Amino acid sequence: MSDLTRVTAAELATRLAAGEVSSVEVTQAHLDRIGAVDGAVHAFLHTNTDEALAAAVAVDTARAAGEDLPALAGVPIAVKDVVVTKGQVTTAGSKILEGWVPPYDATLVERLRAAGMPILGKTNMDEFAMGSSTEHSAYGPTRNPWDLGRIPGGSGGGSAAAVAAFEAPLAIGTDTGGSIRQPAAVTGTVGVKPTYGSVSRYGLIALASSLDQAGPCTRTVLDSALLHDVIGGHDPRDSTSLSERAPSYTEAARAGATGDLTGLKVGVVTELGGEGYQPGVRASFEASLELLTNAGAEIVEVSCPSFTAALAAYYLILPSEASSNLAKFDGMRFGLRVEPTEGPVTAERVMAATRGAGFGDEVKRRIILGTYALSAGYYDAYYGSAQKVRTLIQRDFDAAFAQADVLVSPTAPTTAFKFGDKVDDPMAMYLNDVATIPANLAGVPGLSLPSGLSDDGLPVGFQILAPARADERLYRVGAALESLLLAQWGAPLLSRAPELEVNA
Amino acid sequence: MSVTDELVDYDDAIARYDAVLGIEVHVELGTATKMFDDAPASFGEVPNTSVTPVSLGLPGALPVVNGTAVEYAIRIGLALNCQIAETCRFARKNYFYPDVPKNFQTSQYDEPIAFDGHLDIELDDGEVFRVEIERAHMEEDAGKNTHVGGATGRIHGAEYSLVDYNRAGIPLVEIVTRPITGVGTRGPEIARVYVQTLRDIFRSLGVSEARMERGNVRADVNLSLRTSPDVPLGTRTETKNVNSFRSIERSVRYEVSRQAAVLDGGGSVLQETRHFHEDTGSTSSGRVKSDADDYRYFPEPDLVPLAPPREWIEEIRASLPEAPVARRRRLREEWGYADAEMRDVVNAGAVEIIETTIAAGASPAAARKWWMGELARTAKTEGVALEELPVTPEQIGQLQALVESGRINDKLARQVLEGVLAGEGSPEDVVTARGLEVVSDDGPLLAVIDETLAAQPDIADKIRSGNLGPIGAVIGAVMKATRGQADAGRVRELIMERLG
Repeated sequence: MSDLTRVTAAELATRLAAGEVSSVEVTQAHLDRIGAVDGAVHAFLHTNTDEALAAAVAVDTARAAGEDLPALAGVPIAVKDVVVTKGQVTTAGSKILEGWVPPYDATLVERLRAAGMPILGKTNMDEFAMGSSTEHSAYGPTRNPWDLGRIPGGSGGGSAAAVAAFEAPLAIGTDTGGSIRQPAAVTGTVGVKPTYGSVSRYGLIALASSLDQAGPCTRTVLDSALLHDVIGGHDPRDSTSLSERAPSYTEAARAGATGDLTGLKVGVVTELGGEGYQPGVRASFEASLELLTNAGAEIVEVSCPSFTAALAAYYLILPSEASSNLAKFDGMRFGLRVEPTEGPVTAERVMAATRGAGFGDEVKRRIILGTYALSAGYYDAYYGSAQKVRTLIQRDFDAAFAQADVLVSPTAPTTAFKFGDKVDDPMAMYLNDVATIPANLAGVPGLSLPSGLSDDGLPVGFQILAPARADERLYRVGAALESLLLAQWGAPLLSRAPELEVNA
Repeated sequence: MSVTDELVDYDDAIARYDAVLGIEVHVELGTATKMFDDAPASFGEVPNTSVTPVSLGLPGALPVVNGTAVEYAIRIGLALNCQIAETCRFARKNYFYPDVPKNFQTSQYDEPIAFDGHLDIELDDGEVFRVEIERAHMEEDAGKNTHVGGATGRIHGAEYSLVDYNRAGIPLVEIVTRPITGVGTRGPEIARVYVQTLRDIFRSLGVSEARMERGNVRADVNLSLRTSPDVPLGTRTETKNVNSFRSIERSVRYEVSRQAAVLDGGGSVLQETRHFHEDTGSTSSGRVKSDADDYRYFPEPDLVPLAPPREWIEEIRASLPEAPVARRRRLREEWGYADAEMRDVVNAGAVEIIETTIAAGASPAAARKWWMGELARTAKTEGVALEELPVTPEQIGQLQALVESGRINDKLARQVLEGVLAGEGSPEDVVTARGLEVVSDDGPLLAVIDETLAAQPDIADKIRSGNLGPIGAVIGAVMKATRGQADAGRVRELIMERLG
């Protein structure tokens, strides 16, 4: 049965539809795998065994009754703990929400349930999605299945590791500055940050409202497309949700898998490469460019000069919005409540004690930064200037997409680093996201897929960026590159990851 | 609350100082749902039942703008002769307080939906005064705190506090005037009439029930004094939540007197919020306002800018009702009321109800008589608004028709009304059920008259001899015997006939 955890979601869907396997078998296989390896990986904060199996039974029953079911019905999934799930503990990796059971489902969770997808559990993450390593989770880090001494990326390291360790065929991530794509890169998996507004944010515990976007974490481009088709589409409960109907991403991925890229113009962004990028990362990236050229694509060099200011702008906009979004965690209505040990118990002092005890250092750092940046007298210099940079970045993207159909870069400047390497150096940590942040600032979609191993034997991510609302290009080009790489490798990259020790 | 402020007599103060007003009025919109979510925007529910994840500010919840609230805000803006913004945004006003579920209030800040307007108000003597409107913007209400324990019901000294989030997220429009100058001695009256006029506008626009006593309309009155209109504005105080028209007038008078005394004494007025006390008619110091108040406003990233289409605005403009001042003038002429009569009707909030009663067939004079007389007294006794009485304008129309047809007289009509108010049905039902119809058949009446005259032969003789003095006593006795159901005029005629 264990091979059920090794096949893709697309393949599982085919076998389920054909009646070759049941959803209960598939779901149980993944729950067993979680039981066997998650002690070492720690991708999950909570598992929902009973509920997942009940959902699987419901799908199997419906299928037995001959009902017409959605494409991924019966395929289980893991959900990042920043997404609220009705009746299932949701903590966003923070002590301040320890044990909180939301009374409602995020829109994307409603869609997963409606699609008949059993939810295996909630995945680990940096607290409130602040970080690039999961070392900022209040519940301990997730380990990279390629090397348990290394970080799985962040903030969505749990979702990426769950998929990479075959604990789940699919997972949901959220990406505010790279939290889907960077973990995908360092775990040898696929991750997609859709166009801002493509997937509803209703029920995502907000980090930075103007940057957050949920998306798929999978092992193949086609699986991401299948999942994006399930969770995407307009939601009247999210005012920033796109209203137009998106094309089928699954079709785009299937079309791209032929590997023909004749006529495609691929722009290499000068500013997202070179200095600061590990040589093994650069080598893998360049090898992929050659494959694209061989498949008929034309490579052009494009410059996006404002990207050099992206990180600085991002670390003003994100903390500003986060300082306000996180104000609601005050011990008054839900979650942790801490009363001051001495002195009067006033609302103000309970709020202060709760926030002091409930938030981790990185969260406090960003709340302080954001509070400062929004203060009267500083607003124009900080938040105002950052918003101007954001406009310049959008213009750079517009100009670049006038010259190329998609833009490409390495997803992250380095492969997975060791625990502790950067946790005390915020700037070094923030630089992990230097190549992924511009997409969030401009709202454009981005995909990361594994392009091979660096000279250190660790996976490297290849990032593809498309214009806003042209997510289908990610799937077409991504699937093409994936098929070219697979032909070269003979087997998926993840088959080269070391086998994890299995607990009996 | 004891009053310790030094005060200068109002007339004396206003002779030496120029008062400048600024009024902020919040109105709760009467939409079915809240400003940013679909929780019902209802009044008087069990605490914390009209809530959703959005109005509780639960993690992950997102706001969506209520389109009807935007329409209402535009109606208000247009009625106040404002420009309507081509595009405008919401902002977050960040501050920690338990009645604000998200610890920020979603409000409009630098981009209000309506701005640069004016409102002409008609003062008690008919003079028209123009108030310049700076802006009208949309925001959400906070929840309601109840402080339990302690003597004052205030937070200080309370044992614990309860929060009801039913009100959190109710849509509000805040209307801010420019400094109101040139008020002379009439500042208190101008402040009151301005808020009264707004109240009438809200009602006629159908955007709010605009009930002061329920807090649907809340006024904050800013006031400053200066030695002459030619010098810059003085330091102002802001008296919060003055919740009746009379209080508005009194609070302005009080602040003029208090500030004048401060200035006379060589002191300077502290920029602060003040609370008005109904019992003493005084204000007391609230929170000192300072530049340190920093709400860290920034554009609300969870909402997209609003761009109300111009055609929609023109549609709304075309559908606006007549302005209250103009409408009042028209109705006063149509109804033939004296100025003072009309003013009483307006102040009682009875314009609509009288208009409906007239439409139901009553004469303007009769409609006014009922609503401003018997019914106003009943409402006052019961402590309810006129429209809350269990009688409709249509029923008053029917009642008056019964009087005019002669089927009942005024005295009976009051009994019929009593029956209607007691829930006994329509006036017709009450007449039938209580048997209150005027006795119009002469037979039974003659019998009673004969009986009465027979019992008092000396009186009958006097009348017969031409001394009509005692006839009233006979009529009274007959009316008494018929429990008021006789037509007194007819009784008189019959007595005269009988005694030749």
